Amino acid sequence: MTHNEYKPFLAEIKDVIKHTDKEYTFRLTYEGAVKPGQFFEVSIPKYGEAPISVCGINDGTVDLTIRRVGKVTNEIFAHRAGDRLFLRGPYGNGFDVGSYKNKELVIVAGGTGFSPVRGVVEYFARHTQDIKGLTLIVGFKTPADILFREDFAVWKDKMQLILTVDQAEEGSSYQVGLVTDYIPKLSLKNAETAEAIVVGPPVMIHFTTLALLKAGFREENIWVSMERKMCCGIGKCGHCKVNDTYICLDGPVFNFTKSRELID
Amino acid sequence: MGFFLAKDGVNAVLERWRDDYLIYAPVRMAGGGPYSDTDSIQYGQIHRVEEIVYDQKSRYSFKEILLPLSQTLFFFTEDQIKEAEELKKGAIIFLRSCDLHAVKRLDQVYLQNGFEDYYYQRLRKRVKFVLMGCQKAFENCFCVDMQTNIIDTYDASLEENGDGYVMDNHCAEWESLLSKYSLRQLDVRPSHVTETNVHVEIPPGVSIDVAKSKMWDEYDGRCINCGRCNFVCPTCTCFTMQDIFYTDNGKVGERRRVAASCMVDGYTDVAGGGSYRKKNGERMRFKVLHKVYDFKKRFGYHMCVGCGRCDDICPEYISFSHCINKLGSAVKEVDGNDA
Ligand SMILES: Cc1cc2nc3c(=O)[nH]c(=O)nc-3n(C[C@H](O)[C@H](O)[C@H](O)COP(=O)(O)OP(=O)(O)OC[C@H]3O[C@@H](n4cnc5c(N)ncnc54)[C@H](O)[C@@H]3O)c2cc1C
Ligand code: SF4
Ligand code: SF4
Ligand code: FES
Repeated sequence: MTHNEYKPFLAEIKDVIKHTDKEYTFRLTYEGAVKPGQFFEVSIPKYGEAPISVCGINDGTVDLTIRRVGKVTNEIFAHRAGDRLFLRGPYGNGFDVGSYKNKELVIVAGGTGFSPVRGVVEYFARHTQDIKGLTLIVGFKTPADILFREDFAVWKDKMQLILTVDQAEEGSSYQVGLVTDYIPKLSLKNAETAEAIVVGPPVMIHFTTLALLKAGFREENIWVSMERKMCCGIGKCGHCKVNDTYICLDGPVFNFTKSRELID
Repeated sequence: MGFFLAKDGVNAVLERWRDDYLIYAPVRMAGGGPYSDTDSIQYGQIHRVEEIVYDQKSRYSFKEILLPLSQTLFFFTEDQIKEAEELKKGAIIFLRSCDLHAVKRLDQVYLQNGFEDYYYQRLRKRVKFVLMGCQKAFENCFCVDMQTNIIDTYDASLEENGDGYVMDNHCAEWESLLSKYSLRQLDVRPSHVTETNVHVEIPPGVSIDVAKSKMWDEYDGRCINCGRCNFVCPTCTCFTMQDIFYTDNGKVGERRRVAASCMVDGYTDVAGGGSYRKKNGERMRFKVLHKVYDFKKRFGYHMCVGCGRCDDICPEYISFSHCINKLGSAVKEVDGNDA
């Protein structure tokens, strides 16, 4: 008998971490195998489902960082620690942490787009000996939008961390500028062999990959994580399809040599 | 084994089949046609062979039986999720060669692209197909060019012949039933067409680069993104998930999937106002390339089966087959740009 993959299972909310009014991290019980960059469908009966990236992987739990934007995410935000949420997944390919070992790695992320790649950063923050050099460039709109402050505080000694905002009040201590501004200034031993991961909105991905190529990165060493509308997460509903590629099945993580051919 | 049956014999067989199956075939729906006073040929349940419409093409395909336009997946109560039950009976579907080729495409997506789809699979394994031989091609058919005019993977075939019906049977469990109700055995080869009025030529050099061609601009204005071309297509498989709660009792509701169209607004919309393929020409390009280019790239054969229903239905007289035939010059056009 075929397993009913649409049927969600219950996960208990162990903790809710509030970053801003609109962005919370839900820590949910989950025991199975899961990789950074994969996603779950969070399911609220009578409201719907929303694909959400795995933002953190812990012993017996996963973290989902969710931005409240509409029908389903509003309902998710009505849940507290001790409540339970329905999930199905994890789906998608996710990042293969092993492929960055012993390399120089640059990660460029925009805002909440950071979620899919946070697991990769965390892994190398814990295993600094596994990586030749790690640079993390994260951009937020304004200082009020900054998420993961505690992470950044811990990570700043373990990697080259560049935190930037698009705009800030005068006199603020934040660096102001787009993530792309920092790419030409990267100090790398060898851009030709360095790897890069780019996550964020489509326009940001576009300009960031251009800047990386200009800085000497090879196409095959650049990785992106893509988002499209998804109704099933398992290659059936068609919404996420671009050319012959299903973002939910073949992605959401793609090598740039593949993603550059994806024309919506 | 082939059989010759009188009309009464066929009806006796149908009656026996109805013990275990719901029987679906193209039937005439009075007044349901595209213009007033015209009939619509649609799929419906039949009891007798006279109800089956052989001399016209069905406007909608058999697909709605395997993939209902709206299908409930779960019922929700306050604290429970209950799976929608399956039909008590299996189904026998009467369909033409192009449509039986389309079943292979539905299977490809629903049984093989990622997880097997539970709801599709549980129905699919209880469905049998009876081929309706085609003695002539209809307007807009181009099955011969898509190589879907012949098929032998049916469970049985049925068509009129002289003063009775001929049937070819591939299904072992039906053999004794058919022996009983037939007048004699004979060799039967279902009719198939070898020539159509419409022809298509899919040029070899098609790639995603044709997205850059100007040929798509024409559809920005002409197409009204109504999605009818997708809804009639036997190979379109997309759906949107939809949760509802009942208005009289908000604690109870259901999750459904409803047929979706890549031509219709909202198909790619994401939270925060993002959306892809805003222009109708881009949507036309997405659809056409899926049907005759990128499905094949992924699965090894073309998605379109050449039934011509999309041409039959379009209220703006947009012809899919003409569009395919323009791809050749579009390929040259974009090659020229690059040079
Ligand atoms: C692979 C992937 C990973 C994601 N990871 C995260 C994450 O970690 N954190 C986060 O906050 N958001 C994430 N999103 C976006 C999130 O899925 C949407 O914000 C969410 O679906 C909005 O649902 P809603 O019902 O609250 O909003 P509404 O606007 O009311 O959306 C209604 C419906 O539209 C669809 N939809 C809307 N926006 C999107 C979208 N961006 N992507 C896919 N489907 C959409 C859904 O089917 C949803 O049920 C991710 C999206 C994808 C595709
Ligand atoms: S091509 Fe015709 S049927 Fe299809 S969406 Fe456009 S107007 Fe409607
Ligand atoms: S694209 Fe048109 S001709 Fe091809 S299978 Fe679909 S409806 Fe039939
Ligand atoms: S999300 Fe449904 S096919 Fe990818």
